[in-house]
Amino acid sequence: MTRLSTTFAAPRPSLVCFITAGDGDTAANLDALVEAGADVIELGMPFTDPMADGPAIQSANLRSLGAGTTTADVLRYATEFRARYPDVPLVLMGYANPMVRRGPEWFAEAAAAAGVDGVICVDIPPEEDDALGPALRAKGIAPIRLATPTTDAARLPQVLAGSEGFLYYVSVAGITGKQQAVQASIEEAVARLKQSTDLPIAVGFGVRTPEQAAAIAKVADGVVVGSALVEICGEYGAAAPAKLRELTAALAQAVHSARQEQVA
Amino acid sequence: MNTHLNSFRTQPDDRGHFGQFGGRYVAETLMPLVLDLEREYRKAQVDPAFQAQFDDLLEHYVGRPSPLYFAPRITEELGGAQVWFKRDELNHTGAHKINNCIGQILLAMRMGKTRIIAETGAGQHGVATATVCARFGLPCVIYMGAEDVKRQAPNVFRMKLLGAEVIPVTSGGATLKDAMNEGLRDWVANVHDTFYIIGTAAGPHPYPEMVRNFQSVIGKEARAQMLSRTGRLPDLLVACIGGGSNALGLFHPFLDDPSVKMLGVEAAGHGLDGDQHAASLLGGSPGVLHGNRTYLLQDEDGQITEGHSISAGLDYPGIGPEHAWLKESGRVDYTAVTDDEALEGFQLLCRTEGIIPALEPSHAIAAVAKVAPTMPKDSIVLMNLCGRGDKDIFTVAEKLGVEL
Ligand SMILES: Cc1ncc(COP(=O)(O)O)c(C=O)c1O
Repeated sequence: MTRLSTTFAAPRPSLVCFITAGDGDTAANLDALVEAGADVIELGMPFTDPMADGPAIQSANLRSLGAGTTTADVLRYATEFRARYPDVPLVLMGYANPMVRRGPEWFAEAAAAAGVDGVICVDIPPEEDDALGPALRAKGIAPIRLATPTTDAARLPQVLAGSEGFLYYVSVAGITGKQQAVQASIEEAVARLKQSTDLPIAVGFGVRTPEQAAAIAKVADGVVVGSALVEICGEYGAAAPAKLRELTAALAQAVHSARQEQVA
Repeated sequence: MNTHLNSFRTQPDDRGHFGQFGGRYVAETLMPLVLDLEREYRKAQVDPAFQAQFDDLLEHYVGRPSPLYFAPRITEELGGAQVWFKRDELNHTGAHKINNCIGQILLAMRMGKTRIIAETGAGQHGVATATVCARFGLPCVIYMGAEDVKRQAPNVFRMKLLGAEVIPVTSGGATLKDAMNEGLRDWVANVHDTFYIIGTAAGPHPYPEMVRNFQSVIGKEARAQMLSRTGRLPDLLVACIGGGSNALGLFHPFLDDPSVKMLGVEAAGHGLDGDQHAASLLGGSPGVLHGNRTYLLQDEDGQITEGHSISAGLDYPGIGPEHAWLKESGRVDYTAVTDDEALEGFQLLCRTEGIIPALEPSHAIAAVAKVAPTMPKDSIVLMNLCGRGDKDIFTVAEKLGVEL
């Protein structure tokens, strides 16, 4: 069992929280998320050119880089997180170039040493898996893939082959933080994905409120919230942890109890 | 396709790789579209009706073939090789960019797409895209860095006259790479109806190959023209490189002619020793950006750094993947020319031949001015004069200290 599989094996759905590393007091922000009930942490590696992200996460990337965040800093945040939370899964999310800059083996080795459980690389599709996947698998790090509304039935097997950890369903064809998907389309997509894989399925993109999160948690194994948290980091800076705690607690409550309500 | 081993003209492979470069590094949302685009492009490639329509528009709308011109006075002034120009600056809209736009918009319509988007730096590709959209009655959105919108006001106005919506991009450094990011973001959010006309031989496969093939009309014409005019092939081809489309357009049809040497000219800005340049091949290192693996300007953590060039069309921190491969294979030589040298090249051509070049090919002129004198008088240098200078007179006036 890995930290990811243990977490997703729990009877209740998981809350997956994303923030960008180096945007504000990262350690304090991460503490706030975990203490308020986040089950999985996605830590964004800042990149100058976040092509799949909307304005909120773009700005977070630039704030972080503007503050001088380096790859070494990101790995240090991960290492320190692992020391504080031995059991909470930690996933690095970002773009290919910072990950492959010193070679995929270097990155996989460093991430493994930092206690990272999985890596989501936005711009490495299955077709280019060679660029990073084999190095991650060799170090026991899960390459976590994305499925999207444009991933049709013919393509899905290719996405699933080599996917580990969980499958991240991007519920809107678009960038982060913009629109939210129609609940019915999410339900249909998750049901379709479940027929093809035993991997846990986490749904993200456009999820902002506890109500939305609860609705998604009724059908999915995990709910990913990013832009709404990142906006708090941007707006409140050093005072962000308290606000993050507030929103995360409400989201966690909604996600964790989503299926109980259904039964009641 | 013939795949004999000694050919330089059979790249990329079926995954879009040029050796270790190229590929399809895009988000999953875009991947099915990129695959669909490739399928449709393959069908169009073998459809004689598609080719006929492309040829017809190039002839009657763009004004091809462009002349092959022997330049006597610059030849005399440089005192070495004969200097010839491929006159793509005479194309409709004033640059080579339109060749590619014609091809891509025909493909877009074939695919039933109803909305066109593009990125632009100097505005030349934006103008060419707006032009073909007006010609075919399709709505057009152009992403342009807010900095470039300021630097290239005449082209912004041209695009608007042609009916395009110009969206200034303020993210990042607000220049060409940020405009390309925004183009990709738009595409990802409008996958059902939108076609992204990428302006250079970069981006995810099949763009680098497709743009090269559309631009290869330059080299095919030039090769036939040179043979019929002189009975021989040129000794050296020279072209400037932003993303690399005009250079590949000229070079590609000659790649398997071993006697023909080739020189790609990057922008050295204030000099290669500092960070104020846009020479990805000579001053960068391999990495992944905008859908392909290629040479990039980047720091040790893989963060992309901003290029600088006097020419807005060259200051892109990447380069088409085929050039990265051609460099590593040794088939093409690459050099870089500074802002100041390009300005001298600009003035040299104005003065000797009565042609006002764009600042992009002014870099190639500066390179020709360096190499032609070292070559014998019976040798031939052929340079791609890929754009005219109307758009640049304000920049040049400012650099020369002239108030307009
Ligand atoms: C006249 C001209 N030449 C060259 C370029 C650079 O592009 P490429 O290297 O793709 O030819 C541009 C780009 O805007 C241009 O306008």
